[in-house]
Amino acid sequence: MATEPTGEKDGASQVGTPAEVRPTEAQPTAGHAGQEDRSSRRKAALRRAKRRRVVVPLLTAAVIIGVWQAVVAFGIVPNFLLPSPVQVVYALVADASLLAMHSVATLTEAALGLVIGTAVGFVVAVLMDRFETVSLALDPIVTVSQTIPTVAIAPLLVLWFGYGLAPKVVLVVISTFFPITVSLVSGFRSVDPDLIDLMRTMNATRWQIFWKVKLPAALDQFFSGLRISATYAIVGAVIAEWLGGFSGLGVYMTRVRKSFAYDRMFAVIILISVLSLALMGLVDWLQRIAMPWKRAERKEGR
Amino acid sequence: MADAGEKDVDAVAGAGAGAGGAAVPALEARGFTLSWDEGEHIVVEDVSLTLGAGEVVCLVGRSGCGKTTILHALSGLTTPLRGRVLLHGTDVTGQPGHVSYMLQKDLLLPNKRIVDNVCLPLVLAGMPAADARAKAEPLFERFGLAGTERMWPSELSGGMRQRAAFLRTYLMGNDVTLLDEPFSALDALTRTDMRSWYCQMSRELGMATLAITHDVDEAVTMADRIYVLQGDPRAGVPSRVEAELAVPRPSDGTSPADFALTPAFLDCKRKVLELLG
Repeated sequence: MATEPTGEKDGASQVGTPAEVRPTEAQPTAGHAGQEDRSSRRKAALRRAKRRRVVVPLLTAAVIIGVWQAVVAFGIVPNFLLPSPVQVVYALVADASLLAMHSVATLTEAALGLVIGTAVGFVVAVLMDRFETVSLALDPIVTVSQTIPTVAIAPLLVLWFGYGLAPKVVLVVISTFFPITVSLVSGFRSVDPDLIDLMRTMNATRWQIFWKVKLPAALDQFFSGLRISATYAIVGAVIAEWLGGFSGLGVYMTRVRKSFAYDRMFAVIILISVLSLALMGLVDWLQRIAMPWKRAERKEGR
Repeated sequence: MADAGEKDVDAVAGAGAGAGGAAVPALEARGFTLSWDEGEHIVVEDVSLTLGAGEVVCLVGRSGCGKTTILHALSGLTTPLRGRVLLHGTDVTGQPGHVSYMLQKDLLLPNKRIVDNVCLPLVLAGMPAADARAKAEPLFERFGLAGTERMWPSELSGGMRQRAAFLRTYLMGNDVTLLDEPFSALDALTRTDMRSWYCQMSRELGMATLAITHDVDEAVTMADRIYVLQGDPRAGVPSRVEAELAVPRPSDGTSPADFALTPAFLDCKRKVLELLG
């Protein structure tokens, strides 16, 4: 039934949006078993739209890398200022074991800081939701704490906590708890008040209301917050390492910068991006596990 | 149209004691005066209602006349400014948990499967989840929910969600149920079906029901008795019970849908509409 679309249709679908594609592919021979035909065609269109979502960004990336390689190869930008993509890949491979060792250090700091930051954010959010006084007291402080640039406090943390693990973890905690707190507080507030009334008519305790209604209702926003915090965690750890330490991608970065090894500089930047993306993917996966009903909702929504 | 004040006496004869008789009513609101804001605005003044055991009573009034405020006070979620709530003669004013209350929306928890949603009142009361399921599952068939036990609320249609909400309300285990516009979110056909279904169900299970609605058809279709609430609290006129009338429901088992086609139904509907002005 669902025959693979031919090359020319593929070409057409890359130009138009899915909505534009539908009319152009109306087949003149349609007529028999129209219903089934249409549904299989819609499925094919969906599949093509999905493939386009993968192909187009990949092509864009390929074009950028191609241009970059050409710029270096034709000497438009001198090579000592800008390494070519090929050189970057070489650097990645050549330093693989060193990078792996530093990655472990950075990931340890980021993970530890993220877990503590999430716990702190959670406790603060619950207290702010439960006691209005706490909310009034902490709201400005929490907000102000976010206006201080991390680069500015990182040296102080090094001064106070030394060159070890502690200042890195503290910096990660400071930069990750905020998105968690903000998302949870607004998640708790998003609960339908009628739902709380309903729980009260069933003699639910405050604890039961929190556990059964408020927390599940806030999960969606919590995970959006956690996603942001996950990227902050890696960046926070790297910044803290920049300013002093013995291992970690930030330390590696300062060393290669001092030796003008820009190919390695780019290599580590790419690695940091990949690690951040992986952490975000982990959060998405956790969310799918924690909220199995979301999949049913999405299916019905279509 | 409405010459208000005078109507309540001569409205309809034979109402009054209705099903209650001399017995203590299942639920009684005695001299309710209610406010949204601790007395600054009076919403409802000196309203008294009774609900006999196993009876279905509707409270009809325009939107914003304070119907939901009355139900909230009856459920114990709020305490009336003046007046008392009596459940089988016992004072339960301001104490939630004694009557089942179904709010306007179905309010199923999106993160729980239907069976766990329905079991919620049992689990909240401390019953282990497995026992609660064992108690609820045999009722699914009867409530027209067979096969939905393991589904998520988002996978059900509006009517089915409403049935699940009814089953949850039933499992609260009280013999008095309050309904706030229970069918207003459903499409017209489903609404008609659900009304008949609910009336039959509640009579079988012996639940006394007080439902509020602004839909006169719904009130006359479902109720044994109707209270008409009249007033405009937003304009400073507190609502009062304008009249109480008995619905001349045939006792020969005519379905609500068929009753809705009889002259007696139309006559009753006309009276209510006139009272509402």
